[in-house]
Amino acid sequence: MKPAPFDFVRADSRAEALSVLKAEGTDARIIAGGQSFMAMLNMRLARPKVLVDIMRLADLATLSEAKGDVLVGAGIRQARLLAWDDLSRTLPLIAKALPYTGHVQTRARGTVCGSIAHADPSAELPLCLVALKGHVHLATAKAKRKVAAADFFTGMMATAKADDEMIEAVSFPVAGREGTAFREIARRHGDFAIVACGAVATDTGIRLAVGGVADVPTARDFPLLEGSALDDALNSFAYELDARDDVHASARYRRELVRRIGRATIEEALTCRA
Amino acid sequence: MPRLSADQRHTVAFTLNGLPVDGVAEPRMLLSDFLRQTLGATGTHVGCEHGVCGACTVEVDGMLARSCLTLAVQVDGASIRTVEGLAPAPDRLSVLQAAFRRHHALQCGFCTAGILMSLDAFLKANPEPDEAQVRDLLSGHLCRCTGYTPIVRAALEAAAELSAQDTAACQEEPAHA
Repeated sequence: MKPAPFDFVRADSRAEALSVLKAEGTDARIIAGGQSFMAMLNMRLARPKVLVDIMRLADLATLSEAKGDVLVGAGIRQARLLAWDDLSRTLPLIAKALPYTGHVQTRARGTVCGSIAHADPSAELPLCLVALKGHVHLATAKAKRKVAAADFFTGMMATAKADDEMIEAVSFPVAGREGTAFREIARRHGDFAIVACGAVATDTGIRLAVGGVADVPTARDFPLLEGSALDDALNSFAYELDARDDVHASARYRRELVRRIGRATIEEALTCRA
Repeated sequence: MPRLSADQRHTVAFTLNGLPVDGVAEPRMLLSDFLRQTLGATGTHVGCEHGVCGACTVEVDGMLARSCLTLAVQVDGASIRTVEGLAPAPDRLSVLQAAFRRHHALQCGFCTAGILMSLDAFLKANPEPDEAQVRDLLSGHLCRCTGYTPIVRAALEAAAELSAQDTAACQEEPAHA
């Protein structure tokens, strides 16, 4: 398993990286930490003609809190975010979910924005972006735009990012008094989630995001329900996610996990409220 | 902006276990293959080649990295450590390696190079780990021989031994000049 041949561009500036994307279009791909994309190259599931390495761009390796958002630049590795002193205060959901992303060894290299760009339906970071109503900051050589998480993920490993666009950063709103919880079921720790649930509970309602079931991580807002009303709401949500059978789990098992893990996650989030 | 063309081989130079090395590689060449085939450093093993098994784990600029998920051209100028750099001398094992030997923490040895690199980096950052932390780290490696139990034991014993060494070093009084 070796990658097919490609040209390799070591970008020295953001403008250079974007000019290659503009010139090469669909034939060019950005590489950052490479923890998902290198595997796709090795298996030749991806065969770009040009690879653009952005990890030497210091201005993309920025992590900051401003105007009620945490902005995570494209060069920020998952391990760096997880080790950030302010993570539990600003993004408690991500502090809980990120240890489930891959392993120590892959988090050391893999980037936050890379996981968002890869858009695996069972991945934790896309789920958190949707649960928290974050945004993806995209740039071309000419223009920039900001896309809401719910509009960014368009299908299994498919996103609203155009071929000549690059993710410069993702932003997550800083947590207030809401409670958060994250749970997932996988074959082994660090494996792809069979079902992952992230919940955000406020005084007026609950938002539950589910990964691993539909083609994209999907969030649903509920009022503060209890008892069988919550069970009924979760049951409807589980069916609407349109689970499918695969080698890891049956559709029925996935629906059952949404009902049970979803409920446990919501209950934990409710108790975590400040 | 250097653009390395697909059909040519390009010079890649970095520091390997403290010594400068170089070779030529096509852009698509994996670091794991560059280490083994170009440089002859066959201590790093190649298992799954898609980042799952952990056998090829090395340290790049102080970060653990799957060398099969890293391109040789990406690490030009970097500082790389591999299993060949662990032993303090050709006839002496490191504390961690000696603990592996005592506890039979390997059988076929295929996964061992990667696990040693992970544990070596981990014990530096976490000198007093508990079993859960060691097992979390080991979740990034596949070993089909040991069942992991002896690896966990070896890691915990090496951690205890290394922190005892550190304490001893701190307490030692400097000699009179």
